[in-house]
Amino acid sequence: MVERSSDTAGEAPAIGGRQVLDREQIRRALIRIAHEILEGNVRDPEIVVVGIHSGGVPLAERTADFIEEFEGRRPPVGQLDIGLYRDDLNRRGRPVMRPTSIPVPIEGRPVVLIDDVLYTGRTVRAAMDALNDFGRPSRVQLAVLIDRGHRELPIRADYVGRNIPTSLDEEVRVHLRETTDDDEVVILRRRA
Amino acid sequence: MTTRGSGLAMTTSASRSHLANRRHVLDLDDFSREEIEEVLQNTDVMKEVLSRDIRKVPTLRGKTIYTLFYEASTRTRASFEQAGKVMSADVINVSAGGSSVEKGESLYDTALTLQAMNADMIIMRHSHPGAPYFLARNLDSPIVNAGDGAHAHPTQALLDLYTIQTHLGRIEGLKVAVVGDILYSRVVRSNLWGLTTMGAQVTLCGPPTLMPLDFLKGFPEEHPFAGVTIENSVDAAVEGADVVMALRLQIERQRAGHLPSLREYSRMYGVNASRMKLAKPNALVMHPGPMNEGVEIDADVAHGAASVIEEQVTNGVAVRMALLYSLVTSSQTGK
Repeated sequence: MVERSSDTAGEAPAIGGRQVLDREQIRRALIRIAHEILEGNVRDPEIVVVGIHSGGVPLAERTADFIEEFEGRRPPVGQLDIGLYRDDLNRRGRPVMRPTSIPVPIEGRPVVLIDDVLYTGRTVRAAMDALNDFGRPSRVQLAVLIDRGHRELPIRADYVGRNIPTSLDEEVRVHLRETTDDDEVVILRRRA
Repeated sequence: MTTRGSGLAMTTSASRSHLANRRHVLDLDDFSREEIEEVLQNTDVMKEVLSRDIRKVPTLRGKTIYTLFYEASTRTRASFEQAGKVMSADVINVSAGGSSVEKGESLYDTALTLQAMNADMIIMRHSHPGAPYFLARNLDSPIVNAGDGAHAHPTQALLDLYTIQTHLGRIEGLKVAVVGDILYSRVVRSNLWGLTTMGAQVTLCGPPTLMPLDFLKGFPEEHPFAGVTIENSVDAAVEGADVVMALRLQIERQRAGHLPSLREYSRMYGVNASRMKLAKPNALVMHPGPMNEGVEIDADVAHGAASVIEEQVTNGVAVRMALLYSLVTSSQTGK
């Protein structure tokens, strides 16, 4: 199963959640990630930034904005919906899909996948499968705002905004101003 | 017949599916606006898949889809088959030509056999209205109606809605003129449900002999089709239309005495260039196919700049992929 640890689309900000990152902390984390991405791709700077729906898409845009600010050149930004590549086929209620667009050929270029929360790793696995159908990147890296642990696959992130140890009955929600009022990351306990 | 409670509010999140509880697609009469909108939205994603160099996604790997066609078809069947194959399902075509299948029992037996072979979905076309409903009542497999007699053709209506929406940006408030053999058209009946649910203004036009009697009488105020206009003159129907949909005239109708002559039909009810001048400047010309060029539609209109007829076929694959995506999976927990 691919269980999205966070889904900010159309949800009101959580009430009673414990805030773990505020707007300024999210901004700093993304600035650091943007710098690290540039450092990590010095040899082959023709990177393509791809956000995974839904939380990863605004984060990919913002990261590209910072890269442009530092380097004067904005990397191409794509978006990926992994609905067609999920491994939870037998569960009820497939989500509504959002558009996938990869604006440039990714063949032979480094791709940086961006998502909001890294949890089981199944979303990232599906995203790598999806990416492969568009070409063979020279290298695929992963950037996430939050790594909450509990991996079920041998996947790790190359760039992490914040490591936040969680328990399985907790939920990490990333609220971004593109879809909600403000930027914040909160942890709440899952209702039984 | 409905297999879900209408208006079930499953909207805790914008990405939650309105189609989660849907099992069959028999007609659009039990589709909510939200369900139709979700199909159209997912169709956009499928169009992107069809535009790729490698048109294959693993979504339905290991699933088996049967097409069971008791009536001739080129585009619908090929379209379903391609939709299934692009999504990695195994698609098996069963042709049931011949007369013994006209008996209810053997239809049931054939379908039972497919179910025993673990069909994850049965897509069927039958000349008898209601045949897919019969299977839906008696089998566990999800059933998609690919046309049942003169009753319904829901996937055609969905692809028509999608084509209109992508070209004109909306469906709500558009004037849609449907011209031709209304009486025998399953395309019209499903489109009436789809278009009215999406808020279009529909005008039907055709010879009175090819118009259902209850349509001619007009619909009572509380009827879902109450806003539908019945028009005898094509010029009046087409005037100011955003979409002009021509319907196939089956040549047999003339022999059955519905029409004096094909030439007269073409002159009085054919969609031609001078009539299209009465429609809005950017109006679309549509036809569910196969066409009788020179009868219900002139060749220059059918292949002209306003025509989206070929695109309807392309969109048909994407719409059917969207339905398979939502239905083949959501059905699994029912087993």
